[in-house]
Amino acid sequence: MPTVPLEYGMLLAAAVTLVGLTGVLVRRNLLLLLMSLELMLNGAAMAFIVAGAKWGQADGQVMFLFVLAVTATETGIALALMLRFHHHLRTLDADRGGQAEPPGGTKG
Amino acid sequence: MDTAFYIAGIIAIISAVAVITRRHAVHALLYLTVTLLALAVAMYALGAHLAAALEVIVYAGAVLVLFVFVIMMLDVRAASRPYGVRLSRPGTWLGPLLLAAGLLAEMIYVLWASPEPAPPIQTVGAKQVGMALFGPYLVGVELASMILLAGLVAAYHLARRSMGASPVDPAETHDRQGHNGRDREKED
Amino acid sequence: MIDSATWLALAPLLPLAGFVLLALARLPRAAIAAVGAGSVALSLAAAVIAAAVYVASPLSGAVEVVLWRWMDVAGFAPAIGLRLDALSTVFILVITGVGLLIHVYSIAFMAGDEGYRRYFACMNLFIASMLLLVLADNLLLLYLGWEGVGLCSYLLIGFWYRDEANGRAARKAFIVTRFGDAAFAVGLFLLFQAAGTLDIHELLARIKELWSVGDPQAVAAGLLLLAGAVGKSAQLPLQTWLPDAMAGPTPVSALIHAATMVTAGVYLVARMNPLFDLAPAARSLVAVIGCATMLLAGLAALAQKDFKRVLAYSTISQIGYMFLALGVGAYVAGVAHFVTHALFKSALFLGAGIVIHCLHDGHDIFSMGGLRRAMPGAGWAFLLAALSLASVPPLTATFNSKDMIVDQVWRLSGGGVLWAGAILGTFLTAAYASRLFFVAFCGPLRQQPCRKPPMTMLAPFAALALLGALAGLPDLVAVFTGENFIAAFLGRSLPALGEAHAASTSALARQALLVGLALAGIGTAYVLYLRKPGLVAWAAATPLGSSVRRLAESGFAFDWLYDRLLVRPFLWLCRINRRDVIDAAFIVPTRVAEGLCAALSLLQTGRLRWYAACAAAGAIIYLAVAVLT
Repeated sequence: MPTVPLEYGMLLAAAVTLVGLTGVLVRRNLLLLLMSLELMLNGAAMAFIVAGAKWGQADGQVMFLFVLAVTATETGIALALMLRFHHHLRTLDADRGGQAEPPGGTKG
Repeated sequence: MDTAFYIAGIIAIISAVAVITRRHAVHALLYLTVTLLALAVAMYALGAHLAAALEVIVYAGAVLVLFVFVIMMLDVRAASRPYGVRLSRPGTWLGPLLLAAGLLAEMIYVLWASPEPAPPIQTVGAKQVGMALFGPYLVGVELASMILLAGLVAAYHLARRSMGASPVDPAETHDRQGHNGRDREKED
Repeated sequence: MIDSATWLALAPLLPLAGFVLLALARLPRAAIAAVGAGSVALSLAAAVIAAAVYVASPLSGAVEVVLWRWMDVAGFAPAIGLRLDALSTVFILVITGVGLLIHVYSIAFMAGDEGYRRYFACMNLFIASMLLLVLADNLLLLYLGWEGVGLCSYLLIGFWYRDEANGRAARKAFIVTRFGDAAFAVGLFLLFQAAGTLDIHELLARIKELWSVGDPQAVAAGLLLLAGAVGKSAQLPLQTWLPDAMAGPTPVSALIHAATMVTAGVYLVARMNPLFDLAPAARSLVAVIGCATMLLAGLAALAQKDFKRVLAYSTISQIGYMFLALGVGAYVAGVAHFVTHALFKSALFLGAGIVIHCLHDGHDIFSMGGLRRAMPGAGWAFLLAALSLASVPPLTATFNSKDMIVDQVWRLSGGGVLWAGAILGTFLTAAYASRLFFVAFCGPLRQQPCRKPPMTMLAPFAALALLGALAGLPDLVAVFTGENFIAAFLGRSLPALGEAHAASTSALARQALLVGLALAGIGTAYVLYLRKPGLVAWAAATPLGSSVRRLAESGFAFDWLYDRLLVRPFLWLCRINRRDVIDAAFIVPTRVAEGLCAALSLLQTGRLRWYAACAAAGAIIYLAVAVLT
């Protein structure tokens, strides 16, 4: 019977998550930051699937579904916020988040 | 099945790296799609067929399309403004790579500290998942639906003003009793 | 009928009440004078009555009264108690009697001053403290009085505080005597540790059992107490404050710096004489200090130009005589000299006050002259007092007390260096006393006095001068009856004199030598200052002469020495410790905290990705801890 050791599955999940983490820390563009965040969440979801596959139970997939729901919600709200961000500050630079004024003054 | 898993895994990792290193947002988005599809294949290879399908439908299908819409609505210049000069400098990557490496090392340590023999892959079908969802995880399902509703409302509200919606809130024309402004002649 | 104990208690309490009243209530001038002088008068009355009771009592008794117990800590229970014996009787009569006359004098002397109330308040406090000092039955209470008189001395020297120089003089006095007071306190600790009590009577009895003659602890205690006495009585090496203390009002100089406070050291040594008998090394040091001071101050007095400074150095010199007497074991002679000295020295100061008062506050004797004709009454009284100082026989008291001292020095120390010094001192005393009189009161009239001295000033002055002269009566009587009753009286509580004032040929010869030297001194001064004044001026103009004169005038450069030796290094230390090393210990934690705060606030960058990185780093650490332990 074909078998995949648990370790490699978890390693895959961890690798994807950590790549996503690196992306979050490096990228300054909000969009790409959100994409990296997606990667992280997918990696975590993958971990659940791997665990569920080890035990042969449905619980892993159930958790995956919940993670999916939450992620979708979070992505929707995050993108809405990003639109607001852009509308207000005219930029998508995450480091500018602390400012009250867009560079070059408010206009309109 | 094993090889499918390994190949899908390698593709997923490579394209994940590609996502975070692209300059153009759309390119990154496409690589993200590839990553998600690769992950779906990996899930399928582990016997989680429903999960794989849902990953493709919901994630690659809906969420990424959402991303595409947003990129479409935003200023193209802002979306693809090159921060690339900074990206190519190794100094930018050093800290995050160190952190990631640290976490990876810990993960490897934990995983290989007590290795177990690999169990045989079983297919866990949709029926099983459904029974679990509507059985012990019922409350979770209800909560998930609530969070989706909340997300819906929040996204609608947050995004509305910034898209230049009409200054008059259509909801404000209703008085407290919930009647529309047009129904005024029906008042007692 | 009030019993003797209460009369005794009233003596210090009445001036204390006077001080409180004057300090708190704003009274009109007449009332201030009445309270100020009246309290001292009442105190004198109380002292006289208590003394009378004591004199009438059996020979070894004492009048005692305990007012209350001061503290009771781990077996140390000193009381506020007063004890009257022969030694204290003499002292309190002198203090209150001379004090009263000086208070009366002050009424006129300070009449125009704005600090009238303050003056009398401080004077009353002084009298109270001094009485407490001499009546104390335990050393702690004595120390209280000791400090009290030091405080009043400071307040009164710097009385005219608006002039900075007076404040400096007051501080100098306080600080120099502080050296002595600190040593005194250490001596008290030593005595208490050895004997377990500070009650004088018990203490003296106990140390006689505890220590044999020459015991190092006894010597140490004796030296420490001597240091205290030296400070208060302005002897070598702590004599530098007294000439500057003349910055205070003249009655203050008369009372505090001539008659009473500076003799507190004499009182202390006399009171603790058993201790000094147990420590011959300390006692001989007393004599040596006394002799050296006497000669040094006498030489310095010959070079002074300021009227009061001559008298100040004279005081230092005469107290040197007293110390010399105490040091050879002739305690009675020392105290007898104190009595006579108090009388004529305060008379001299009061006279100086009159002269200064009537000559537009002039101090330089060389700008005075011929005052004998301008102020005859004052002139005669001054002459009488000056003769007392110069110890001219047969009536003047000092002759007798000084003679007693010199005689005892011969008998008890075998006629060595000390005796020679004492003899030389007589010459010097006569010389500077007559120099003062001749320069200021004889010769051509250089300054016309602007006013006549009022009766309230003249009367006490004359009274004291007369008393000073008459105090020689006991000795005169002794020539006939063979017994000096003052010495006999003092012998009740002090060791008796070695031999009675015997009239052997060698003794007479020595007396004649003394008289001769006194007359020689007067004669020298007469020649140098009246007949041939140019001689002195010529000698002073030569380079050697002028430097000698300057050296003597500065009191033999002790001020300069202390400045170089003590003051400057101390100021240097203060300067380099400006930032206060000890403070650094408190500043360091502050700085560390500030540094930590600055470092930690670097973490708050406001950047999203930085916070994410911190979260990741935290996760690493947490997982490491969880996984590895």
